[in-house]
Amino acid sequence: MELVFVILIGVLYAGGIFMLLRRSMVRLLIGIALLGNGANLLIFLLGGITKGKPPVIGDAARVFTDIYADPIPQALILTAIVISFGLQAFAIVLLKRVYVLVNSDDLDDLNTPEEEDI
Amino acid sequence: MLIAVLSGLLFSLLYIPFGKYLKGRLAVVAALLPIGLFAYFCSFIPAVSAGNAQVFQYPWIPSMGVNLDFRLDGLSLLFSLLITGIGSLIFLYASAYLKGHPYLGRFYAYLCLFMAAMLGVVLSDNVLLLFVFWELTSISSFFLIGFNNDDAASRKNSLMALAVTGGGGFLLMGGLVLMGHLSGTYSIREMFASNEFLKAHALYPLILALVFMGAFTKSAQFPFHFWLPGAMKAPTPVSAYLHSATMVKAGIYLLARLYPVLGGTDWWTYPLIVVGGITMLYSAFHSIFRTDLKGILAYSTISALGILVFLIGIGTTQALLAAAVFILVHALYKASLFLTTGVIDHETGTRDVTKLSGLRLVLMPLAVAGLLAGLSSAGLPYTFGFIGKDLIYEATLNTGGAMPVILTSLAVITNILLLYAGLLAGLKPFTGSLPSSFADIHLPHWLMWTPPVLLALLGIAFGAFPALADTALLNPAAAAMINESIDSPLKIWHGFNLVLLLSGTTLVLGAVLYLMRKPSAASVTWMARFDHISPKHIMGRTVQYAAKSAAVYTKTLHNGYLRVYLLCIILFAIGLLAFRLFTGGPVQWTINELGPVTSYELIVAGILIGAMYLTVTTPSRLAAIAAIGVIGYCICLLFVFYSAPDLAMTQFTIDTLTVVLFVLVLFKLPPFLNFANRSVRIRDGVVATCFGAIISLIAIQVLNEPTDKTVSQYYGDNAYLLAKGKNVVNVILVDFRGMDTMFEIVVLSIAAIGVYSLLKLRLRASDKD
Amino acid sequence: MKSTILKTASSYLLPILLLFSIFILLRGHYLPGGGFVGGLIASIAFVLHSFTHDTEATLQLLRIHPRALIPVGLGVSALSMFVPFLGGLPVMTGLWFDEPVPVIGLIGSALVFDLGVYLVVIGVVLTVLFTISQYSE
Repeated sequence: MELVFVILIGVLYAGGIFMLLRRSMVRLLIGIALLGNGANLLIFLLGGITKGKPPVIGDAARVFTDIYADPIPQALILTAIVISFGLQAFAIVLLKRVYVLVNSDDLDDLNTPEEEDI
Repeated sequence: MLIAVLSGLLFSLLYIPFGKYLKGRLAVVAALLPIGLFAYFCSFIPAVSAGNAQVFQYPWIPSMGVNLDFRLDGLSLLFSLLITGIGSLIFLYASAYLKGHPYLGRFYAYLCLFMAAMLGVVLSDNVLLLFVFWELTSISSFFLIGFNNDDAASRKNSLMALAVTGGGGFLLMGGLVLMGHLSGTYSIREMFASNEFLKAHALYPLILALVFMGAFTKSAQFPFHFWLPGAMKAPTPVSAYLHSATMVKAGIYLLARLYPVLGGTDWWTYPLIVVGGITMLYSAFHSIFRTDLKGILAYSTISALGILVFLIGIGTTQALLAAAVFILVHALYKASLFLTTGVIDHETGTRDVTKLSGLRLVLMPLAVAGLLAGLSSAGLPYTFGFIGKDLIYEATLNTGGAMPVILTSLAVITNILLLYAGLLAGLKPFTGSLPSSFADIHLPHWLMWTPPVLLALLGIAFGAFPALADTALLNPAAAAMINESIDSPLKIWHGFNLVLLLSGTTLVLGAVLYLMRKPSAASVTWMARFDHISPKHIMGRTVQYAAKSAAVYTKTLHNGYLRVYLLCIILFAIGLLAFRLFTGGPVQWTINELGPVTSYELIVAGILIGAMYLTVTTPSRLAAIAAIGVIGYCICLLFVFYSAPDLAMTQFTIDTLTVVLFVLVLFKLPPFLNFANRSVRIRDGVVATCFGAIISLIAIQVLNEPTDKTVSQYYGDNAYLLAKGKNVVNVILVDFRGMDTMFEIVVLSIAAIGVYSLLKLRLRASDKD
Repeated sequence: MKSTILKTASSYLLPILLLFSIFILLRGHYLPGGGFVGGLIASIAFVLHSFTHDTEATLQLLRIHPRALIPVGLGVSALSMFVPFLGGLPVMTGLWFDEPVPVIGLIGSALVFDLGVYLVVIGVVLTVLFTISQYSE
């Protein structure tokens, strides 16, 4: 199964990069979102994946008696997911603002005229 | 002591919020700080002149050898008294000079900061601490010079001063760290012990070069002198404070302070004599071609600094005593002249010496101050300047070999020119007939004319009764430079000897020059012809070329196309990663321990890849958003399969909200435009695929390595025992790493505030264009 | 989006989802859940309500503007961090009541911290979404 994960991560990264290289700002944002997902999955995979053993201690027990999934990547990813929401919210509103100002989704329209002398 | 040094910083902070209450007379209150400090330092005079240096130690970063060590010996005391004493007068003077200025609070804040930094420089025993304060003086003087920040020239010149002194400071840091490293201590006092070792070390010339660069830039030595005349754009009280008594003397102080550690060798003597000599002659010569009063004073100040460097270079006991005396002499008469100039400028609105005359009729006390300071600068008997000049000649005469003739004639010529400049600034505006345009000028507020008069009178008092200062202040100061005690009272009368003859010659020739030569605008223009070979212009041109080449470079690389930048970065990353991957050992293509694959996982993976294809290819915005929603849910399912229920729940909810967010914002935007043609898309596709493949390969390599689980183990084992929780992920978030979570929600809040303010901001009409 | 069925349903869904979110929040220390997820579920409940009714109606229902929840939540979390400090313990020391409470389990400073997170998340998400939807109208 790890190989499937590896392929998925590759696909997510490749798709994210491809979208980053577009001229459209919306696609740029989508690219960032995809890259974020790819990175989350990568961290998840590298922490070691375990099936059906959530890092939750059983009802009666005080410590783990069985093997369990690594909690640290999970805590990291949870943080990352929430933060990326904040990032995307801000970015998308920025985009909206820019759109209202320049009335275009094209990144190239954002270039200011060259300042002649510095 | 710590409080004394840092009080300036504290007050400086206080002036920023409370400065607006300082309007008008209240500004006088600000002077209480320097006056108090002056009294405080005066209380140390008996102890220090008895040869007991006061040491104050406060641990700061002991592990790095940086402590707040302050040491008050003769040299430090002399400087501290100058800084706080002249500082007090400047504070009082400025309260009248800048009366009603809207940024008076800010001005006092900078001034306090500067004073504290300066005190720090002269009191620090630790070289690193000294450096910190050194830089603080550069920064605070930058603010002070550029205080009239709506004037372009003022901004430019303050920037130039900062560039020169800051660059020098950078080199100085190198020198100081090298010294500390080689001698194994950062305390100047302890460095005395290793001075023989340092002088014999192979890196000694380098240390000297770096320290000299720091001192020369700060003390405006040729060829770095040009920032000082530019800095005359500052309000006059600032010029008087920074450029007569304090800031520019910091370089002198540094040389004097390090003389016992580094001085006395040929490597020390010759560069200082040469640079000091060139500086004093060059700028004394320059000063007589100026017509702007402040310009004259600026160049004569540089010349005086040159003399000081020259004296420290000579390095005999006499020369060092002469330097100590001259520091005080110069500070007194130059501050007085600057303040007089300030009043003239304030009242008449001009500083052009060709236009000013006869002001004694309206500004009598200032005429007295100007005259006395001018005479002291000229070195007339019974002024302090006379004693200073005598000592200089004595010092130059008593050097060995063929040197005395050259050095003495240099000193004599410089002094003749300086005498002329002093008379020009102190005497010329007040003599002659009063032009009618100046007839209705009247004396300003007493706070503006008493400080220069007081300073000038002090110069006379010390000159007439040298015993006031010699054993108490000046001998200990010189003693600190050679690190042994000196007892040589200053004398006015040495008898008929060569020194007296030289003094007399200087006086006569200077007076003749003053009477013969009239300053005129023509001489200024004549001098301007040589401007293009002056160091200032060479530096200016260098900066211009640097800016031009930077612009060319920027236009090539920074072409404004985000995707080009990204492409560069990604290609570089691919290259770097691939290089490391394929040269760093055998590349593994498969994973040793594979978990089983089930059919439903394959289906989820298939959906994810399909959704990805849709995202990349669809021309419809909504379809793309829906597709990334699907990708998110697929990842959520993977989290469910692989024992991450918390992640699955978070991913699910966030994904839902993200889609809502995208739809809300993008619903009304037009569909994607397809800008890129086929070949560009193929190129980007190849790049993206390469990047994905590299990441996948790296993931495989990592998976084949054993992982360290100690931290996870710790959290797993202690979740219930220490934190009384059973869901380890949640325990990590709210307990073990709670601080991180705290910052995370702060970041989220900032994002929300950003969104809110971005959208609630009203569009102005001008933004719409 | 203004179908009557959905509108009616969402009016009932809102309290249920809110109750569920609090349940998720409280059980977070023992079972999957916690402040982040709880807060997100609560926000979804309000967002659903605002979709079917109107942003204004949801804001009225909330009574306070969601942006006020952000400082409140940050304050609650910070309080839970600094209370141990007042007792002379290092900042963020976990403090617990000895007796477990039915359903929730042990109550301690970590739960208060999570409550703060919960409030901040609701505040942030709703501020962002409501601001945007009001801007779009």
